[in-house]
Amino acid sequence: MTSIPSAQISHSISWQTRLLGNRNFLGLVFMVPAGAVLLVFLTYPLGLGIWLGLTDVKVGRPGMFVGLENYIWLFRDKVFWLSVYNTMLYTVVASIVKFAIGLWLAVLLNRHLPFKAFLRAIVLMPFIVPTVLSALAFWWIYDSQDSVISWILIEMGVLTETIDFLGQPDNARASVIAANIWRGIPFVAITLLAGLQTISPSLYEAATIDGASEWQRFRHITYPLLTPIIAVVMTFSVLFTFTDFQLIWVMTRGGPINATHLMATLSYQRAIIGGSLGEGAAIATAMIPFLLAAILFSYFGLQRRKWQQGGRDD
Amino acid sequence: MKYISRRDVLKGTAGLAVGAAIASPALVDAARAWAADMMWKPESGAELRLLRWKRFVQSEEEAFLAAVDAFTKATGVSVRIDSEGFEDLRPKAAVAANIGSGPDIIWGIHADAHLYPDAMMDVSDICDHLGSKYGGWYPIAEHYGKRGGKWINVPFTISGNYLNYRISQVKAAGFDKFPETTGDFMTMMQNLKKNGTPGAFALGNASGDGNCWTHWLLWSHGGKMVDKDDNVVINSPETVAALEYAAELGETFIPGAASWLDGHNNKAFLQGACSVTNNGISIYAAAVREGMTDIANDMDHAFFPIGPAGEPTEFHVCFPMMLYKHTKFPNAAKALVAWLMEKDQYDAFLQGSVGYLSHSLKAYQDHPVWTEDPKRLVFRDSALRSRSFAHEGSLGYAASSVFADFVVVNMIAEAATKSKTPKQAAEDAARRAERYYRV
Repeated sequence: MTSIPSAQISHSISWQTRLLGNRNFLGLVFMVPAGAVLLVFLTYPLGLGIWLGLTDVKVGRPGMFVGLENYIWLFRDKVFWLSVYNTMLYTVVASIVKFAIGLWLAVLLNRHLPFKAFLRAIVLMPFIVPTVLSALAFWWIYDSQDSVISWILIEMGVLTETIDFLGQPDNARASVIAANIWRGIPFVAITLLAGLQTISPSLYEAATIDGASEWQRFRHITYPLLTPIIAVVMTFSVLFTFTDFQLIWVMTRGGPINATHLMATLSYQRAIIGGSLGEGAAIATAMIPFLLAAILFSYFGLQRRKWQQGGRDD
Repeated sequence: MKYISRRDVLKGTAGLAVGAAIASPALVDAARAWAADMMWKPESGAELRLLRWKRFVQSEEEAFLAAVDAFTKATGVSVRIDSEGFEDLRPKAAVAANIGSGPDIIWGIHADAHLYPDAMMDVSDICDHLGSKYGGWYPIAEHYGKRGGKWINVPFTISGNYLNYRISQVKAAGFDKFPETTGDFMTMMQNLKKNGTPGAFALGNASGDGNCWTHWLLWSHGGKMVDKDDNVVINSPETVAALEYAAELGETFIPGAASWLDGHNNKAFLQGACSVTNNGISIYAAAVREGMTDIANDMDHAFFPIGPAGEPTEFHVCFPMMLYKHTKFPNAAKALVAWLMEKDQYDAFLQGSVGYLSHSLKAYQDHPVWTEDPKRLVFRDSALRSRSFAHEGSLGYAASSVFADFVVVNMIAEAATKSKTPKQAAEDAARRAERYYRV
């Protein structure tokens, strides 16, 4: 019988035990599956997209590295700049209106109303309907001949001819923004409502006893306590709006004369339908700085509140 | 009551994926006789996958599926048929070409084979055989089918897009016969507007109707995107003349045409709100199918008028069969496509298409589908009168990209809605096109 030196055993055991007992190492091990999923399904496609934007790859043909050529050509492309303008206008106007109406609805729904659950369910409706279906509904609402809005106004004697909702560039922009607002309000309203319900009523009671007005209660209790939720909601809302595709694609295809082309729809039109994958990827990549700016703004602007961690606000 | 088991349901729905049409015994016999001395002997154990665009009309799909079914029964080659909308079909065709796997045959649209010619099988033997047997191919079919002297796809059919008009309203506008020149056409449109029965053409990003009528208008005045050597020549006096015409024409349109996509004019016409527009035969077919006799009896189709260019300048869409080089069964694939274009099958296909789709081989010019209903007659000449969207240059990436980016549609729309002057619109279109045609 051979005996193993006791020192060697203790050494090997202690090496493994030490490793498994190391919280950092274990944490790393547990993160590997999630990290792999992120890498394969998020980082890789994103990296590939950015790379494609630096090549002249076409559908059915491998491309070669062309550096910033796609961006240089886009820089001189009026249609691209029009799509940037449209996207900014679409995002800024729609997000602000969605926030204002969403917050207002959330405050209303937070009160004791009859049929509260029913009303909340109704508010969610636009969000539940698939985007394509709601886009088709708006297609009809905005129809140049059979618009229900035009019909009602004509029947009431307010108008004599139909409104050209999608035929005039400015009308078309306003119309698609209105459709996006309609669709996006429930997300903002319901999430803010959830935030409102976490605010303790005792704060309001105390404020009322101190003689605070309704506006003061909103300004000094509701709003500050809701800020973290607002930051998250508005970040997502801006992201969804900025990258919107389906509503535009079904309603206008970017028309009339590219007046409603967003960067996402232009990217699809050029990459998938036109076959210029490199250029389409470049347009999509050009969206990233705007998206990052929106995220950073909400992160640093709205979320960096030390009082959330028990410190003083700066 | 009959009990329907889950298995019955599965069996039923599985049948739908491949198609419910069963070939008649006579058709199967014909297929057997044809297969006995066919030029391409399918490989043993061959199986094919064919991806096609979603049908316009059920009777066309039934004729198509019956012919495929007969082929399977006669040759033992099983064929799986899937269908997709155009928008989804084209990326799939491109991916199949990119990765070298996927369907063996794709019944596609436009000139996609010219984007990845190396992935396409050389089908010169089928096309030469069919061409010599059936009176030759129309020049436009050859243009779409050939690249560098060899056939890279089979130009199976052309979908015609013509003027649809209300007979009584055009008559009231002073024309017993539909105008044949752009000058008369303008007068007619202006009179229609005065009479309170305006017409209109899609000015939105309508890939079918929008492209068809705007290319006609540009070419009718002698304008063109590129010359024979693919130099961008869109910014020309001819284009400006076409755009000045468009600006005048736009004043006669129904308000809202600037937003029109492919479906809007069908709806407006069927409602009686539009007297003239351009479309395939689908408006008429819908009016007949839905029993809207007041519309169906009072409408007809016409060629696009001839402009200063002095010849037909129409644009109709090609639907080619693309046979992929990656198929393991090239002979089976060739045999199937050749069989589908032989007389009996192609006759049934044209009959089932009721005018939606036109022939690309000259021998089918006398098919009864064109004459049994005189209102279909103009669609007979779709291939004869069509130019390619790449006119007058070559098919390929630049032409496809400019086409997909709606450069011509946008240019005409800018002039017609007066959002730009004709000169400015032509200059901007040239700038957009040069991006794609750059070396």
